[in-house]
Amino acid sequence: MRELKILAVVVFFSLLTYYLVEPYAHHEMHKKVDAQGNEIKIESHDFFYDGKDDIIEAERAGDASKLVAKEAFWADVAAVAKLEGNAAAGEAGFGLCMGCHNGANMNMGGVIPPNLDHAGALYDKNYLIALIKDPAMASNVDHKYADTMMHPMGSIKSMMTDNQQIADVVAYIIENKSGEVSPKEAYMEACMRCHALRYGKLTQLGETPAFKQEKEALAYKIKVIDEQDAVKAYMGKLPPDLSMIIRARSEHFMETFIENPQSQLAGTSMPRVGLSHEGFEKVKAYLTEVCDPSKAQREAIGPIVIGFFILFSLLALLWKKSQWRDLH
Amino acid sequence: MAHFEKAKNLNEWLDQRLAINTLKRVLNTEYWIPKDINFLWAMGMVLAATFGMLVLSGIFLLMYYKPDTNLAFDSVNYTIMSEVGYGWFWRHIHGVGASIVFLIIYIHMFTGIYYGSYKKGRELIWLSGMGLFVAFSAEAFSGYMLPWGQMSYWAGMVITNLFSGGSLELNGLVEWIRGDYVPGDAFLTRFFMLHVLLLPLVIIGLIVLHFGTLRIPHVNNQEGAEIDFKEAADLWKAGKKKESKVIPFSPVFLSKDIFVMGVYFILFFYLVFYNFNFAMDPVNFDPADGLKTPAHIYPEWYFLWSYEILRPFGKDAGLIAFAIAQLALFFLPFIDRSPNVAPAHKRGLFQVWFWVLIIDMIALTAMGKLPPTDPTFAFIGLVSAWTFLALGPILFIITMFEKKIEKGA
Repeated sequence: MRELKILAVVVFFSLLTYYLVEPYAHHEMHKKVDAQGNEIKIESHDFFYDGKDDIIEAERAGDASKLVAKEAFWADVAAVAKLEGNAAAGEAGFGLCMGCHNGANMNMGGVIPPNLDHAGALYDKNYLIALIKDPAMASNVDHKYADTMMHPMGSIKSMMTDNQQIADVVAYIIENKSGEVSPKEAYMEACMRCHALRYGKLTQLGETPAFKQEKEALAYKIKVIDEQDAVKAYMGKLPPDLSMIIRARSEHFMETFIENPQSQLAGTSMPRVGLSHEGFEKVKAYLTEVCDPSKAQREAIGPIVIGFFILFSLLALLWKKSQWRDLH
Repeated sequence: MAHFEKAKNLNEWLDQRLAINTLKRVLNTEYWIPKDINFLWAMGMVLAATFGMLVLSGIFLLMYYKPDTNLAFDSVNYTIMSEVGYGWFWRHIHGVGASIVFLIIYIHMFTGIYYGSYKKGRELIWLSGMGLFVAFSAEAFSGYMLPWGQMSYWAGMVITNLFSGGSLELNGLVEWIRGDYVPGDAFLTRFFMLHVLLLPLVIIGLIVLHFGTLRIPHVNNQEGAEIDFKEAADLWKAGKKKESKVIPFSPVFLSKDIFVMGVYFILFFYLVFYNFNFAMDPVNFDPADGLKTPAHIYPEWYFLWSYEILRPFGKDAGLIAFAIAQLALFFLPFIDRSPNVAPAHKRGLFQVWFWVLIIDMIALTAMGKLPPTDPTFAFIGLVSAWTFLALGPILFIITMFEKKIEKGA
């Protein structure tokens, strides 16, 4: 009994130390506070986009004109969302999108326009509406375009001005551009044009092919560097490689950051990508597969190894009992 | 040369040449251990086993790791984790082992303090153990550099900066240690050498010495009783097991050791398979970047208490306090003036002192990780650091007045 008491003391102090240096310290280190020193809780809205966070941000910044603009913008988005979209009528409008989103891998004003093959499955409906209405506002990077610079997708604003037309295009995308999407495709469509992923052999230009000749490989490398330079010039810095991102950031960070990059990194030029809940799960699945490839093996072998040591301990206990039987 | 006869079996053949029967007797079957000890006395074996796991897993990692600032991060995080069969297994054993070994070292150390196992006659056990603690610390630090992540780089920067000697500004010394103005390739390769060759050799040597120091004063026991080992061993050999106060190391104590080790390995492998992240700082999964300082720089949990003794003071005072913290525990056998070898709960004020020490070290550990910008945390850190520094003189005074305990009851 005495030994169990001692064990309880040892376990208590070990767990106390663990709690203080892990969960508690991490909570304190990543606490965000406003100007008054009150803790700001950053919540995930399960990838539903209604602009609430953007409005709160503008309020906090004390920028009256920005607040008015944000409120008006998201009210507009809500109004369009209420309209019944006609997918058939949206086809023509979608034709406009194909002018840039055509898979030609050409950099247009900073980044390569993403492939929209699964846009309906990956992105939230509200977000798609917002993006067509005003790309900079939708992705919450309007601070970047306050002066003379224009969002590379800015032209869409002048091409689609009619709310019903926007509703139709979005209906078309959701109906025709969904379908089964693999985790890797989800990643490639949503993140790849800015972020390299070297452990998945992916660059901003896509999967790196195998070359027979070194000079071909070098020529391709130069193309990648050129693309990265363009992204760098547009974003301000080259966005980080995401190979290890799942292990380097917490799940909560990933969720809230992808939902609204400004929430965790105010002023960042990373746009809100607009992933839906399902889209996020797919992207996360791919990132996990790349940066934590042993998960399946761990889960298969773990119980066997631990089971072995439980059995080992039981046998050891019996041996100990037999050795100590006559001692007291 | 001795006379050799034809041996009847392998054991005899070996015995003629290596005296293995004598060795077995001296090291195992007639190495006497007090009967009255608890599972805390098995921590030495648990440590030896963990060190074994670290060496074994380290050898496998060594085959694929590249000590080059351009390759190190990916060799650990990609090659070993994705391309080498079961590379992840060895890496997680190594990572978890490196962290958990310190938990066991601390338990082992506090056990020694609680039961007074460092006192007269056993000073060398304590000193060699403290030597091991320092060697393990250096081993852990040099190993932490190797994945070349953000925290590796910046911890390397901060720790080597300590050698500038505060206001002495011995920058030449710092650069000599780094081999460069900032941590770079020369830094990485020399820490690699320290981690895989020199320090493991030092540790192995110290382990042998630590075991050797136990041989004559013998292991302490729960009551701090002075045992006549020869008399007790004779009783045992005469078959009076109940009357004898000792047991042979093998197989009797070993059976307990092995049971404790089994239970420990359940925890160990639970961590390896299901909670390895506890031992791996997320910041270290960002590759080293000399142009981007992490928001908070802090060491691994087992160094936090001494880091916190450094942090609340100014440049020079902090360095002196830090140096005292590193060395203070070495002097424990000489600071404690009490005539008693007894568990803390029998030693009056010493018991209070012991629990204050535990709580103070946990407080220092916690504050060492928390952001110092928070005034409450900074204050608790300062008070805890002063408390730690004061505990030495206090121990000297309270143990000077400690009365001899009447034994035998």
